Amino acid sequence: MAERTVIPFGPQHPVLPEPIHLDLVLEDETVVEAIPSIGFIHRGLERLAETKDFSQMGYVAERICGICSCIHGQGYSQGVETLLNLEVPQRAQFLRLIWGEQSRIHSHLLWLGLAADAFGFEALFMHTWKLRERLLDWVEKTAGGRVIFGANKVGGVRRDVPEDLLKAMVADHKIIEAEFEILADTFLKDSTVRSRLEGVGVLTKEQAQVLGAVGPMMRASGIASDTRSLGYSAYDQLDWQILTEDGCDCMARVKIRVREIRQSFDMIYQAVAKIPSGPVDARPKGFPQGETMARLEQPRGEVIYYLKGNGTKNLERFRVRTPTFANVPPLVAMLKGARLADVPNIVLTIDPCISCTER
Amino acid sequence: MMREEQPYISAEAQRLPELAADRLKDGWRLVVVTALQDPQGLEISYVFEKGQKVEGLRVRLSLDQAVVPSITSSYLAAFTYENELQDLFGVKVEGLAVDFKGQFYMKKRPNPFLKEPKEGAAAPGGVRG
Repeated sequence: MAERTVIPFGPQHPVLPEPIHLDLVLEDETVVEAIPSIGFIHRGLERLAETKDFSQMGYVAERICGICSCIHGQGYSQGVETLLNLEVPQRAQFLRLIWGEQSRIHSHLLWLGLAADAFGFEALFMHTWKLRERLLDWVEKTAGGRVIFGANKVGGVRRDVPEDLLKAMVADHKIIEAEFEILADTFLKDSTVRSRLEGVGVLTKEQAQVLGAVGPMMRASGIASDTRSLGYSAYDQLDWQILTEDGCDCMARVKIRVREIRQSFDMIYQAVAKIPSGPVDARPKGFPQGETMARLEQPRGEVIYYLKGNGTKNLERFRVRTPTFANVPPLVAMLKGARLADVPNIVLTIDPCISCTER
Repeated sequence: MMREEQPYISAEAQRLPELAADRLKDGWRLVVVTALQDPQGLEISYVFEKGQKVEGLRVRLSLDQAVVPSITSSYLAAFTYENELQDLFGVKVEGLAVDFKGQFYMKKRPNPFLKEPKEGAAAPGGVRG
């Protein structure tokens, strides 16, 4: 039997912008066990909800993460709106969808860039992030912010977007999408990319189900699950279907994210074509009462907001289960049997967002 | 949009492993485990999903008898949630497959999500043991 060695991976590592630690137990170059540690920067934001006014917590919810900020704000607002029995105007629902899908595109582009950097394709990394900047410019022009969108609030959205700006946005998005296809071609067909990712980090359909994987991780293992199919925002008014891949490996996770970017562009075009005119917010009345669980699809997968109100201005409980938190056990399973050199790629394919996880 | 039904079924803590095993056999996915402290003690909810249908198991515990059996024998992925219960709410989870023994999160004081920290809890510290 080969001698066992324990290699610490993280919390500081070139492929990790945020701290997560793995103790990798190796036999020669093969990982036989991986023990994860998180919790280096746990902030206790959920507890803060018990001392802040429910309308102030929207600002905090958005700041759970700088990448997924838009949908964090939306999820919190959606939960409170359910507790208040508040009907959100249709135009606001469409705007939430548009910003949510822009959020998905920029997050997937960010991930594709990081993945390219991790497997040593730096030019691809730079071109991907350059394109992402163009999209963020549109987020800033329409929502007002680049990192924290600041778009969602309880009852709707903070600002409307004029029709001519929406049309200009669609026209430029079509150019961005065409440029993305050149990058997509490289990600999907380049032999160096495929040789690093194909057959690496396999998560079978059964493992994905039992270990509770979510989002692109789950869909790249052949499971058609996407909380957008619940029909929140205006997803029930668009023509779309859940995408899946059956490769179950790192390459399948690249493919699913590339296809989801294309789908998000299409959803934005459909939403702009169908967006109704009208108000963009409704005034909340009273205080949250009762309990609810809002489920939304972040770029990284299903996110859960459990809210319980007791009829006062403070929530009794605010609980967020982020996609990365759910994808940690599948990560541990994927690492077993992997080569040490493949560990960075495998860790990255869950698209780890530790800021979300350490809410 | 139709509002999603989210029913919760009351359960006895001792039956959790058996009930979780049944759900796993039926193809349910573990979605989240959440704890809540109220004047009656602690309420812990185990939420499962199958084909977009969501259902929760809910157990009640008193603060001085905050012990539950682990469901990691069927849902291994529950180890993250159950370690969180131990760290933040001081719930003792018996039979946990991967037990961080209260060191899952770095925190300034033990069980920070309890409104009144338990007497005799471990000394505060910002570092892992």
